[in-house]
Formats: sequence, structure tokens, C-alpha cells
Amino acid sequence: MEVSFMSYILLAIILFSMGIMGVISRKNIFIIYMSLELMLNSINLILVTLSKHFGNMDGQIIAMMVIAIAAAEAAVFLSLIVSLYRLKHSINIDDYNTLKQKGTL
Amino acid sequence: MSSYFLAWIVLIPLISAAFLGILYLYSITVKKISDKVFATIAITAPILSFMLGVGFFLGLKNGASEYIYEPYIWLGVNDYIINMGFLGDKLSIFMVLFITFIGSLIHIYAAGYMKGDDGYGKFFSYFNLFVASMLLLVLANSPIIMFIGWESVGLCSYLLIGFYFTDPLNVVAGNKAFIANRVGDLGFLIGLVYLFFYVGKLGFDYSALEQYIDIVPNHILVIIGSALFVGAMGKSAQIPLYVWLPDAMAGPTPVSALIHAATMVTAGVYMVARFHFLYDLIPNVGLFIAYIGAFSALFAAVIAMKQSDIKKILAYSTISQLGYMFIAVGLGAYSTGLFHVFTHAFFKALLFMGAGAIIIALHHEQNIFKMGGLRKRLPLIYIVMLVANLAISGIPPFAGFFSKDEILLKAYKHHEYLIYGIGLFTAALTAYYMFRLFFVTFEGKNYTEKKLEPLSWSMKAPLVVLAFGAAFSGFVGLPKVFSNTNLIDTWLGNWSGVSIHAEHYEEIIFMGVSVIAGLIGIAVAYVKFFKYDFSQELKEGGIVYNKFYIDELIDFLIVRRVRSLSTFISVVIDDGVIDKTVMSLSNGFINLGRRVGRMQSANTRMYAFFMLIGLSSFSLYLIFKLGQ
Repeated sequence: MEVSFMSYILLAIILFSMGIMGVISRKNIFIIYMSLELMLNSINLILVTLSKHFGNMDGQIIAMMVIAIAAAEAAVFLSLIVSLYRLKHSINIDDYNTLKQKGTL
Repeated sequence: MSSYFLAWIVLIPLISAAFLGILYLYSITVKKISDKVFATIAITAPILSFMLGVGFFLGLKNGASEYIYEPYIWLGVNDYIINMGFLGDKLSIFMVLFITFIGSLIHIYAAGYMKGDDGYGKFFSYFNLFVASMLLLVLANSPIIMFIGWESVGLCSYLLIGFYFTDPLNVVAGNKAFIANRVGDLGFLIGLVYLFFYVGKLGFDYSALEQYIDIVPNHILVIIGSALFVGAMGKSAQIPLYVWLPDAMAGPTPVSALIHAATMVTAGVYMVARFHFLYDLIPNVGLFIAYIGAFSALFAAVIAMKQSDIKKILAYSTISQLGYMFIAVGLGAYSTGLFHVFTHAFFKALLFMGAGAIIIALHHEQNIFKMGGLRKRLPLIYIVMLVANLAISGIPPFAGFFSKDEILLKAYKHHEYLIYGIGLFTAALTAYYMFRLFFVTFEGKNYTEKKLEPLSWSMKAPLVVLAFGAAFSGFVGLPKVFSNTNLIDTWLGNWSGVSIHAEHYEEIIFMGVSVIAGLIGIAVAYVKFFKYDFSQELKEGGIVYNKFYIDELIDFLIVRRVRSLSTFISVVIDDGVIDKTVMSLSNGFINLGRRVGRMQSANTRMYAFFMLIGLSSFSLYLIFKLGQ
């Protein structure tokens, strides 16, 4: 069965929206991180799809690069989460509000 | 004599003033410097200037017509140039000579008078600056440069009148002098601007102005002449701007001597004489000046009759004598006016310094009715004050007689009989109030047992020199009946082109009348005050004693109006409008900031939501804008 070009794009949009909703609605830093990765990969999907569609390899190369950099980024992100946890013993994003305006001027 | 040294006449006292100022600052902050150092430097400066002045005097006498020195460009706009110029002609060197001579003597006197004062160095720094400003005023080559000196003189008078600034009254007197002078200066400035507007393009030094003054329309000349004279009214204390001069007595006595004799008040007379080419074209304004002079002379003399403060009497007498000078210059008799400036400098300096000596001797007592019986106790002061009083009262052969008599003669010969009458009457009043002061001070029975403060030689020596000047300086301008050469007239020349011819018998009659007027004044004073016993202090009152309530009138008409205007601006406009606008603006920003600050909730998910909204709207924009 031939899968149409538009359905790849549709899947990417669905993944991206799920990622955004995850970032906005969840409190757990890990889940927010996973949502971010989801958004990243939905973009990768679009790049690869467009590359196949237009018969040009550039999009695939960029997608490979994004995956590689995302791996590095994952290392940094996870270590940051570990040190944040050491700071407050919490992975609830709402506990990290140091820059909040206190009181009134 | 190279004209290069003209600048040094001004520079020497100026540099000395700056140096003394620095030295004084060093003295009060780091290490005390002896008064002798200050006095030596301060006295040297005017003496050096005087010697340079004598050099130029000899040069002019031996045939040089004038010296001009223009070291640099004061103001240059494209091709239009005003030079920093010094002009040493017969008039300015004449002024320089007596300014520096009398100025040096007053410096020597002040060295003794101010002894032990905390502000000794500061005082002499101002003093030298005063002399330097006045010298710049008379040596200037153009009205602009003259204006620098004109303003600096006002500044120095302010500094010196308010010298004892711990007493608020002195500060008020200093302010009064400065403000009254500012009113005059505004007039002077308006005159200069008009002058510049009409002839300035052809050069703005005196020679260029004199050459091209004809192209100014006559009605404009009248405005210029009157406006410049307003400046002279302020500086030379004529009606109605004279009010500052009596209050200027708040300063130390040498300051009064310097202001009244050598500097400042003669500036107005000098200015009119310097602009003689202008005033010759507008004789009506000249007549106005003469009448202002005559009324000032009379008015001040009447007030002086009732005063009891020795320095105030002398201050009013200065206004009165300046009135005589303006009678002369107003009628075009410039050399006669300057002759009176010259003789007046001697006897007025002498009067002030004598009065200062009495004040010091009596431990700062200024009320003449608390002095009395000083003839035996201060014989030297008695003699010099007698000379000065005779000179100002116009008794021959003392200096004031010749100059005053010549002014009255000129007034009569110009058919200004009213001015002549006022002048003659004022001469009698002058003799009366001066000898009233003299008799009360030296002969009065009000003998004080208090021990007198000893007077140092530096206070006595200048008095003796000036006494000779007051006695004999009149001989440089002898009337024709005694001598065919009037040295002053010969030296300054007859600019106005109107020569007054008086027969010998007329001159003798006029002299006789003047002397009789003076003698009547003295006789009245003798009868009333010679043997009067002042064990009870005289209670004076009435309109004359209160100076015709002029101060109160000015206070009511001008000062309070200005003050209520200031209050209005301060309360309604400043607080009500400007402050309100500014404050509501800033309050608005604060409220706005508070609202924006609430968005910084530290809620990360909220931030992400904002980002989503922003990104979405940006994307929508791109799709609908670029997608078409």
C-alpha cells in the first residue's frame, strides 16, 4: 500500500503538537524533556519526507546531523537535570521559580 | 615705550590677583602664610602698573599720538574679527595714572586697615582683581572688551561689599549692588547691541565707530546714547540706580575708598567721555544726562545732611559729586568732567581713608554723634580731614574748588541756568554737610574716654600723600585768569568742538560766588554744630533722614512685584503644571512596570505557552502574507 506524502506530514504535525502540549501541560522535567525530543524528531520526519519527495539528499543529511547533535544535547540536558535535582530534591518544574517577581514594587 | 606693555598694565594686577588667591588657599589649607607676604605682593602690583602708566604718559607727552596693542583675536566669525585690543591714548592713560596711583595708596592703607583679618589674602586678591578690571575697562580698544572690564568691576564690588559675609546684612548689601548694576548693565548691553547692529559691520573698535557713527540714523543714536547712559547710571550711582552705593558701605572702608575714588563709579563718566563722538551728535541726550546729574547732586546732598553714619554721609557725597561730573560730560565739557573725576579721586579717597582711620581708632564706631573731640587726640587725621573737607567744599586753593567752579562756569555758559543754580545750591549744601561731619567729629563735646586704637604707619602715610594731592591737584586745571595753560584741557584736548569763552572778570565773579556759597555752608555748619553738646544722642527723623523712603518705594513697587511673580511661578507653574506632568509620567511608568512585572511569574509552562502563541501568530502571519 502506497503511503501518501501528505500522511507523513500529518504524522509530523501530530507529533509536534503532542510535544508542545507535553511541554505546556506537564510538570515533570523528564516528561518535558521527552516532549522536546518528540518535537525535534517530528521536524526530522518532515526533513526526511521532503528530501524523499523532491529527490534531494540535503534534508536527510541535516536530519542525521540533528540526531547526532540531539544525542549530545541529551547528555547535557540529563546532567543538568541531575544537578537541578541535587539542588532542590525535586523534578517538579514549578519549584524552580527563583526569577519570580516577589511582592510589589 | 613699546605698546606691548599696555597689556601688562592690566596683566600685572590680574596675575597678582590669581597668585594671591592660590596663595590664600594654600595658606588656609596647608600652612599659614604671613600677612606681610600678601601685603607686599598686593601693593607691588598696582605700583608696577603705575610705573608702566607713567612710561606711557611720558611717551604720549613726547609726541606719540596713541598706542594700540592687539595680541590676539577675541572673537572671529568668518571674516568678522574683534580683537582683544588695548588702546593707550591720552584719555585712557590719564585714567590709568590716577587709578593706579590712588589704587596703590589705598592698597598700602588697606595693608594696615585689614591687619589681623582672617581673610587678609582673599581681600587683597579681590582688591587686585578690582584694579585689574578697572584698568581693562579704561584700556579697552573696543566696547566689547570694555564690557569685560565693566562686568568684572561689578563682580569685584559684589565680592568686596559682601566681604564680611557672615553678617546677612552685608550679603544683602552686596546683592543690592550687584542687582542694581545688572539693571544698568542691561541698558549698556542694549546700547552695544544697537550700536553693533548699525555700524558693527565696519569694525567695532572706537576709531572705526567714530569714523562711521554718521551712518546711524539720529533717532537710533538717541536710543543708543540713552541705553549706554543707563549703564552709566548703574555704575556711577545716579538717579534712579544710586540706591546700591550707600549700602555698599557694608564692606571694609578701603573698599569704599577704592570704589568711590579710583574705580567703579568713575567708569560711567569715563564711558560717556569715551563715547564723546556719539554724545556730540545728540545734545538733547547730553542735556538729559546733565539734568540727571544735577538732580542726583542735589538729591544726594539733601539726604547727606541728615545722616549720622560717617560712611553713609561720604557715600551720598560721592553720588553728589558724580552728579557734578555728569553735568560736565552731559554738556560736552568732557575734559572738565574728567578734571573733577581726577580731583575727586584725591579728596574722596582721603575722606574715606580718614574716616576709616577714625573708625579703627574708635574701635569700629561709625556714628558721628558718638565721636566728638578728636581734634587733640588725632591731630594728623584732623589736618588731613580738614584739607579734604575744604577741597570737597570748594574753598580755594584746594583741589575741588577749581574743578567744581569750572563745571559751574560751563553750565552757566551753556545757558543752563537751572543746572547752574542747582549746582551752586548743592555746593553750599556740600560744604554744610561735610563740615557738619567735621565739626561733630573733631570739635564736638561728646568726648569719649575710651582708649584709642593706635594707627599704623601704613595707614598714616597714604593719608599724607593724598592730603598733598587734595590740596594741590587742582592746579593742573587752573582757570584762564591765573594761567593761560589749563593742563587738563591741553592734555585731553577739546573734543566737542564747542569752545567756551569766558572773560577774566566773569571767571573771578563766578569764583567769588562759588566761594561765598561754600563759606555760607561752612558758616551754617559752624553755628549749628561747632559748640553743640551731644551728650544726648540726636534723634533724627522725618522724610530726609529716611532717604525719602526711596528704598521702601522700590521695595514696594518692584521687589515685591517680582517676588509675587516668583511665588506664582514657583507655586502654580512649577508645582502645579511642570511637577505634576513629570510626576504623573513617572507614576504611569511605575504602574506599567508593575503590571508587566506580574507576567514574570516563573511559571515555565506559562512561558512556553507564550512562546507558542508568539510562534503561532508569527507563522500565521508568514503563511497569510507570503502564501498569497
